[in-house]
Amino acid sequence: MEGTGSTDSAGQTNAPRSDTGDRDAQSISGPRLTLLKLLYERMLLARELDRESVAMQRQGILPGYAPARGQEAAQVGSASALDRARDFAFPTYRELGVAVGLEADLVGYIASHQGAWHGGMYDFAASRMAPINAVVGAPVPHAMGWAMGEKLAATDGCAIAYFGDGASSQGDIHEAMNFAGVWNLPVIFFCQNNGWAISLPTAQQVAGGSVAARAAGYGMPGVRIDGNDVLAVYDAVQDALARARGGGGATVIEAITYRVGPHSTSDDPGRYRSLDDEQSWLTRDPVTRAEARLRASGLDDAYVAAALADAREQVERVREGVLAITQRPTAEMFDFVFANPPAAFIAQRAHAIAELTND
Amino acid sequence: MIDRVMSDIRLDQTDAPGTTTMTMQRAIATALADALADDPSVLVFGEDVGKLGGVFRATDGLHDRFGSARVFDTPLAEAGIMGMAVGLAMNGWRPVPEIQFDGFSYPAIDQIVNQVARMRNRSRGAFGMPITLRLPSFGGINAPEHHGESMEALFAHVPGLKVVSPSTPDEAYHLLRQSIADPDPVIFMEPKARYWHKGAVNTADAAVDLPVGTSRVVRQGRHVTLIAWGAMVARCLQAAELGAEDGVEIEVVDLRWLKPIDAAGLAASVSRTGRAVVVHEAPLTAGLGAEVVALLMRDCFAALKAPVGRVAGYDVPYPSQVLEERYLPSIDRILTGVQETLEFRRG
Repeated sequence: MEGTGSTDSAGQTNAPRSDTGDRDAQSISGPRLTLLKLLYERMLLARELDRESVAMQRQGILPGYAPARGQEAAQVGSASALDRARDFAFPTYRELGVAVGLEADLVGYIASHQGAWHGGMYDFAASRMAPINAVVGAPVPHAMGWAMGEKLAATDGCAIAYFGDGASSQGDIHEAMNFAGVWNLPVIFFCQNNGWAISLPTAQQVAGGSVAARAAGYGMPGVRIDGNDVLAVYDAVQDALARARGGGGATVIEAITYRVGPHSTSDDPGRYRSLDDEQSWLTRDPVTRAEARLRASGLDDAYVAAALADAREQVERVREGVLAITQRPTAEMFDFVFANPPAAFIAQRAHAIAELTND
Repeated sequence: MIDRVMSDIRLDQTDAPGTTTMTMQRAIATALADALADDPSVLVFGEDVGKLGGVFRATDGLHDRFGSARVFDTPLAEAGIMGMAVGLAMNGWRPVPEIQFDGFSYPAIDQIVNQVARMRNRSRGAFGMPITLRLPSFGGINAPEHHGESMEALFAHVPGLKVVSPSTPDEAYHLLRQSIADPDPVIFMEPKARYWHKGAVNTADAAVDLPVGTSRVVRQGRHVTLIAWGAMVARCLQAAELGAEDGVEIEVVDLRWLKPIDAAGLAASVSRTGRAVVVHEAPLTAGLGAEVVALLMRDCFAALKAPVGRVAGYDVPYPSQVLEERYLPSIDRILTGVQETLEFRRG
């Protein structure tokens, strides 16, 4: 199997690595090439929809957006490794590539940023992707609990918890990893170390410099991988899935990547990091690197152009779907709060509908 | 002043066939056992609830009977316990976690408020949260700091949660069965001070079919209504006994459900008596008594002969053992509240 990246530690920020160029130039073939094409096409879709989402925010269509540019390999590679018949993903609020990798309804994903519904409007159960969650670190124990459910049921699904270098400071992460270690649970703690938690660099966030190294303290394997190498990400998650299904318990994966854009469309990275820092990562761009490897494996301009055209066509359809979401019914504020709503709550719902209809 | 431990008034006078006399903590263990037996998706977990049987023995015997796949000890981490409950519920289980003491639910408050209470809504109904959090609550047991908190107003204020507190062993059995059967998250506040009091428990009747949010009149009277929950119900009954000696007929309503509140049940009682006093252990200001008063203002304004009174804890951190009986509403303070309400004259 090809390597899953090095275990060297990051510097002040996630310094670009220099040893990946050779790998990008290696030719592949057969099922491996087919896989890389799929991952590349998904990354292109995530890249183009991310770009369009920023544009829609500028056009006033989305109130806000959390750009995922630069993290496509980490997100698409990890989610694409999952088995949607049995695994389940717990995302944060910056997980467009995960939605793409799980083939979730992308209009439903963007609906969260469009302001139609906080958790998004994709089919959470069928997509095997929990609702978007805005509390940093809080979904990680949910993944652990879901994995506990698999263990108790003696089924072989695996949960994957997404979080970032910033979230690694939260107590929820420690509690979830400790529980998972004590009970040997089938869960992958997938950290996208993108260098920045809004304005705070990893060096001021992560004591010891490595989230993966913390796994040792919980008695579980921890690997630090090149998060911008989509095949390396895919392989690392496949390894962790196999370990989990074999009863080997949890794995911490720290995917080193870079948040090329701002934290959100309200953020101004110029206040806390240099243009040089951002530019240095453009040479490690995950989409460009996958494309280089595909070309090294014999694919040509026509393929790349067709893949891009296809991604843009899909993005146009997502845009149309997002534009079609306008108002939501008043009743929706009430309809999902309780499965067994109290009488006073039902009365308040009816009152609200009458009150707001009379406006 | 009457020593509150002098008399343990039995709230359940029935001795019907099929009833068993037991303590509240035994009634809780019995309800958990019956829920575990009836529904294979029910899981009981928390700190020391397995082998030990819980620090109050409210899970005694469950681990031996149902095994560690249904009843298990967790590491000591309340946020982890509640976060795990969310994930288990998303995977089709029916979690009944315990947080060992009221004050230690604060470390889990993000998971309870931001996650348990909201996941069904956030997921547009895809992931229900049939979680019953058992929370030993309130004061009166001479315990250290953070072991005597009354958090009902905090939880009742959170959209998506239901909150209930039993006052007797029979109530504990049935309300716990009802909470576990309910498809929504319920904060089940167990009055620690009543754990060791005995009462008749009828596990056969169908109280599970009663709607969530039903109160009950535990003593009838025509002059004034006392409204209480948890351990304060027994104390209000003691006050009513003393009131009767002076010719004051006090009605006592056990609110049971603190969310949803049985506004119609309260209005029915207070419309008859025209006077009411709410009694709770929690600090006065912004306590649940204020919500009860507002509902009575809305529903019984014309029938009220006096402002609705409140007898509550003081606006201080729950005090240390030596002072706690001075903090808790005493029978004297309850009767003073009743007297002030009875003596109120307009103008």
